[in-house]
Amino acid sequence: MSKILRRRELVEDDWVTLGETPPGDAESVIVPFAKFRESREQWLARSGRLGVLLAPADRVEDLAADLPNISLVALQFTGPGEGRGYSAAKLLRERYKFTGEIRAIGHVKQDLLYLMSRVGIDSFVLAPTEKPEEALETLARFKVAYTPGAPLPGLTRQRFHV
Amino acid sequence: MYRYDEIDQAVVDQRVAEFRDQTRRFLAGELSEDEFRPLRLRNGLYIQRHAPMLRIAIPYGLLSTRQLRTLGEIARKYDRSFGHFTTRQNLQLNWPELKNVPDILAELASVEMHAIQTSGNCVRNVTADHLAGIAKDELDDPRPYCEILRQWSTLNPEFTYLPRKFKIAVTDSPEDRAASEVHDIGLHMQRDAAGNLGFKVFVGGGLGRTPIIGQVVREFLPLTDLLSYCEAILRVYNRAGRRDNIHKARIKILVKALGIEEFRKQVEAEWEASKDFATQLDIAEVERVRAFFKPQPYEKLDDIDAAHGRELEFQTWYRYNTRPHKMSGYRAVFVCLKGHGTIPGDMTSEQMAAVADLADRVSFGLVRTTHNQNLLLADVKQTDLYDVWRELKNLNLAFPNIGTLTDMIACPGLDFCSLANAGTLNVATQIQKQFDDLDYLYDLGDIEIKMSGCMNACGHHHVGHIGILGVDKHGEEWYQITLGGSVNGFTALGDVIGPSVKQADVAPTIQRIVDVYRAKRENGERFIETYRRIGLKPFKEYVYVQNSAAA
Repeated sequence: MSKILRRRELVEDDWVTLGETPPGDAESVIVPFAKFRESREQWLARSGRLGVLLAPADRVEDLAADLPNISLVALQFTGPGEGRGYSAAKLLRERYKFTGEIRAIGHVKQDLLYLMSRVGIDSFVLAPTEKPEEALETLARFKVAYTPGAPLPGLTRQRFHV
Repeated sequence: MYRYDEIDQAVVDQRVAEFRDQTRRFLAGELSEDEFRPLRLRNGLYIQRHAPMLRIAIPYGLLSTRQLRTLGEIARKYDRSFGHFTTRQNLQLNWPELKNVPDILAELASVEMHAIQTSGNCVRNVTADHLAGIAKDELDDPRPYCEILRQWSTLNPEFTYLPRKFKIAVTDSPEDRAASEVHDIGLHMQRDAAGNLGFKVFVGGGLGRTPIIGQVVREFLPLTDLLSYCEAILRVYNRAGRRDNIHKARIKILVKALGIEEFRKQVEAEWEASKDFATQLDIAEVERVRAFFKPQPYEKLDDIDAAHGRELEFQTWYRYNTRPHKMSGYRAVFVCLKGHGTIPGDMTSEQMAAVADLADRVSFGLVRTTHNQNLLLADVKQTDLYDVWRELKNLNLAFPNIGTLTDMIACPGLDFCSLANAGTLNVATQIQKQFDDLDYLYDLGDIEIKMSGCMNACGHHHVGHIGILGVDKHGEEWYQITLGGSVNGFTALGDVIGPSVKQADVAPTIQRIVDVYRAKRENGERFIETYRRIGLKPFKEYVYVQNSAAA
């Protein structure tokens, strides 16, 4: 198992991503959104926890009705300029009140972690070159912010409010 | 002017520390160039032809003299003792060394300045009318709202990785001196029937390779909905804007593809559905920021005829380089960065320091940068004008051509910019030489030349009365000329006059264009009015017949 950053701790990843071999019934599995839609009933009927992976162009609206049955939403960041996941996370947390894990995968670099955290992403599969300890430190880098967002331990003041 | 509180100062300080660490990791080889690029761009740092180029934000063009002095000192210490003021009211340094940039940012932070989001695909510096707060036709001072937008957009977690750059301008008068209709969002201050302040919201304007004039997305937006509504626009754009093609990624392309009706429908629906988590702007915060922009402690003075009895040279300067002020006894004074023989928008460290000293004495310690790449001393007593003129003249900053053909806008072009296809600075020099007779310039009157070295249109050529666009033709620098563009309350895009011309032919071609104007103008018509009346054809015929005769 590989390590991920979850809620500011370096932990073993207890999820598997759907591959060639079908997962065991009790396994926690992350399924790409297209696969999920193909056989939605079947995925929801499993006993293990279910996660859904959204590509940048996938719309959270299309997943909204199923969110109560989903434990994790993974957002894919395909490159350094990809920013749709920030809005997706914001909507998941704020509009759809999703309380499960929101995970960033792909181009997940230490310099992006603060922004990602502020829109409600709470777990990170860091890109292979990243140093997890350094990445963790970046979350405490900012003491103040202008706009509202998910709380962070070091963040003590904020200008605007919802 | 606005002063930082602990929150503002902490934001810039922590950003300096973050960038210092990012730069260290890049120089140590821990970050690749590809990884470093989006990080440095979000701090205004480009890698240009000769060296990095650092673009420093001057929010809505307002500077304290302390800040202007610091800019001059930074240019002297880290660069070649000059800077270049841009159409978006910022300052660019062309030769800083990468390893020094964190120190430059720290010096900026010490005077409440930064370079945050002056480049990259994020919300850029918010710009405003350079006559804000002093114009007679102003509804309300737009700068508090610019400052509020600056703060809201700075390191905004959701909108820092947009499909493309995003520019907002706020204007306060029908004359739209901020060119707001060619911005991604243009906000026109308005009052509703009940007298409440708010904005008419334009969206999807922009220049670049696909110039489009903004369209109205909301006729009246109450003041307190400013941030929530901008969030709705940006969220729709962030999610639906194209990311597959850099040339089709601006919001204008999305608005055009959807049509303004559908775009409006989506924004309004997003706005309605986000009410309980959108960023609020309460009146107390508006009042807190507005308090920083109270009118200056003006003396009670009568208007005088400052030019009376003075030498002709002063009278001319007074006529061209000063503007009326809403307070009697005062005038606004342009610090001209367009003198013949100089590069449009460039200013030396020495000049910056001297203008700062002057502004301390005669204009409440404040200086403004303008969309047209000049500076402005906004609040000068009419009785001080003569001395101010003499000082500016000594500094080579009193060339009396504001509003004339040689008060042109030009991007840095091929000499500095790695995007450019063609030079602009030597063309500017040619035009200055061709039109070096001031009486002739005055006879031509108000003609705006705007020049860009490539189709990214930093020099706003589409909206110049005469627009000049540098193009690359088999490795040679050629120039496409457009006529009839304008902003200032009547936004129009110029029409291409015909095939592009060689560099050496630009100034002669412009000469022939103004020859047509001089021959055709009727009782006091400005160039743009003549053009609108007679259209492209007479210009095209004369210019190209003459061009082929010359060849």
